[in-house]
Amino acid sequence: MDVLDVAWRLLAVLLAFLVLPLVVGQAEHKVMAHMQGRVGPMYAGGFHGWAQLVADGVKFAQKEDVVPADADRRVFQLAPAVALIPYLLVLIAIPVGPDGMVGQAIDAGIFFVLAVMGVGVLGSLMGGWASANKFSLLGGLRTAAQLMAYELPLLLAAASVAMAAGTLSLPGILEAFEWWWVPWQIIGALVFFTAGLAELQRPPFDAPIADSEIIFGAYTEYTGLRFALFLLAEYAGIVVLCALTTVLFLGGWHGPFAADLGWLWTLLKTSVLAFVVIWLRVSYPRLREDQLQRLAWTVLVPLALFQIALTGVVKVVIQ
Amino acid sequence: MAVPGSGLAKGLAVTLRTMTRRSVTAHYPDVRPELPARSRGVIGLFEENCTVCMLCARECPDWCIYIDSHKETVPPAAPGGRERSRNVLDRFAIDFSLCMYCGICIEVCPFDALFWSPEFEYAETDIRDLVHERDRLREWMWTVPAPPPLDPAAEEPKEIAAARKAAEKQLAAGARSREAGQQEAGQQEAGRHGTGQHEAGQPGTPQRDGDA
Repeated sequence: MDVLDVAWRLLAVLLAFLVLPLVVGQAEHKVMAHMQGRVGPMYAGGFHGWAQLVADGVKFAQKEDVVPADADRRVFQLAPAVALIPYLLVLIAIPVGPDGMVGQAIDAGIFFVLAVMGVGVLGSLMGGWASANKFSLLGGLRTAAQLMAYELPLLLAAASVAMAAGTLSLPGILEAFEWWWVPWQIIGALVFFTAGLAELQRPPFDAPIADSEIIFGAYTEYTGLRFALFLLAEYAGIVVLCALTTVLFLGGWHGPFAADLGWLWTLLKTSVLAFVVIWLRVSYPRLREDQLQRLAWTVLVPLALFQIALTGVVKVVIQ
Repeated sequence: MAVPGSGLAKGLAVTLRTMTRRSVTAHYPDVRPELPARSRGVIGLFEENCTVCMLCARECPDWCIYIDSHKETVPPAAPGGRERSRNVLDRFAIDFSLCMYCGICIEVCPFDALFWSPEFEYAETDIRDLVHERDRLREWMWTVPAPPPLDPAAEEPKEIAAARKAAEKQLAAGARSREAGQQEAGQQEAGRHGTGQHEAGQPGTPQRDGDA
C-alpha cells in the first residue's frame, strides 16, 4: 500500500464524510416536510431547495462565535470537534464494497468502530459541562445517562454478529455473510439500530437535547460554526449508524451483481435505513427520561442477551 | 386487546401515507391563490354612484373613511323650474391601516358605490401609503368580480321578485282587458300559474329553516 493509495482512500472517505451527511440532512428536510403535508425548502439553489443546507452553512459561518463568560473556554471550544471527528474515523473502517473497498481494513474492526463511536458522545458531555448553563448541564447529564443505558445493548447486539461470523473484522464479517443471517440476527439488528438511534440522541430518543424542555440541552450556548458542527455530527452519526447496521446485519455489499455493484448495494441499504431514521423522527413523540431508561434496561438488554443465546445455539448446531 | 406495537405501526403508516399524498402547501407568490367568492381583499369605490350621503363614513366602526364634498347648483331641467343643489365629491379616502374589513360601509351604501374586490396585494413599506385616495379606490373597481350565481335553492333576489310580480300583474291585467268574454277562465289560468310557482318555491324554504 503506497502513499498515493492511502491518500486516495482518505480523500474518498473525507468526500463521503462531507457529502453524505448533507444528503441525509436535505432528505430529512424534504421527507419530514412531505410527511407533514408540506413541501419543505423550495428556493435555495433553484430546484426544490437543493442548496438549502449550503445556504444554512453560509449563514452559520457568518455568525459571531460566542463563548459565555463563565464557560470553561478550552473545553467549550473543543467539544464540537470531539463530537464530529469520531464519526470521520469510524467511516474509515466501514467496508463499502468487496475486494478491499474500505478506507482501512482493521482486524478488530467492531471494537474500533464501537469504541470510537462512544467517544462522539463525549462531545455533548464536554459541551454540557463546560457551558456553565443549567440547561446544558441537564442535557449533559441526560446524555451521560443515555450513554450508560444504550451502549450495553449496542455492544451486545454487535457481539452477536461477531460470534456468528467468528471474526471481529468488518470485511471478514461480510465475507462470512449468508442471506439467512438476516432473519437469524433480526432481533439483534433491531436492538442495534434502536440503541444506535438513542446513542445519536435522535428523536424519539432526544430527551438530552429536547429543545422544547431544556433548549437543546448541551448545545444551548453554542452558535455559529460550532453549533453547525454539532448538527453535522448528528447527521454524520446517522450515516455511520446506518452504514454499520447495513454492514453488520443486512449483508453490506451482498446482492445481485455484488462483484461490480457492491458499493451501490451498501449505499442503497444505508439510504433506506437513513430514511427509516427520519421516518421514526416524524412519527413518534419523544420518550420521557424514565421511559428511556426502562426501554434500555428492561427491553433492549434482555433482547440482546436472548439474541446472543440464539446465535450461540444456532452456531453450535450448524457446526 | 390490540396487538402490542400496532399503535407504533399505525403511526408509521400515517406518516407514510401523508408523504405519498400531495402536500397542502399553497405556493402563493408563484401560484395565485384560488380565493372563494365574496373574498374581502380591498374596497373599490364606484364614484359615479356616490352621492356623498356620508352613510359609509358615519357607520364605519373605526372611522377610516374620509369624505370631503361641496354643493353645486344645477340649472333647472325644464324652463321655469327650480334650481337644484347637488353634492360633488372632492375627496374619498379609505385608510386601510385602520380598516378592519367588516364591510359595513358596503352593506350600508344605498347607491351601490362601494364593492368588495378580492385583490389583497397592496402592502406598503410606509403605513401612510395605506390611505387609498379616490383615484386608487376607483382603480380597484376594475378588479371587482361579477356576483356569484345563487345557490340552487336560494330565495329569489328582492329586485327580481318585485319585477316579476309587476310583470305578472301587468300580464294578468292585459289578459283581462283583451279577453273580456272569457274573463273567468283567464283569471283561473293566472291563479293556477301563481300557485304553481308558490309550490315550486316552497321546498327551498323549509329546507333552509332546517339547516339553521
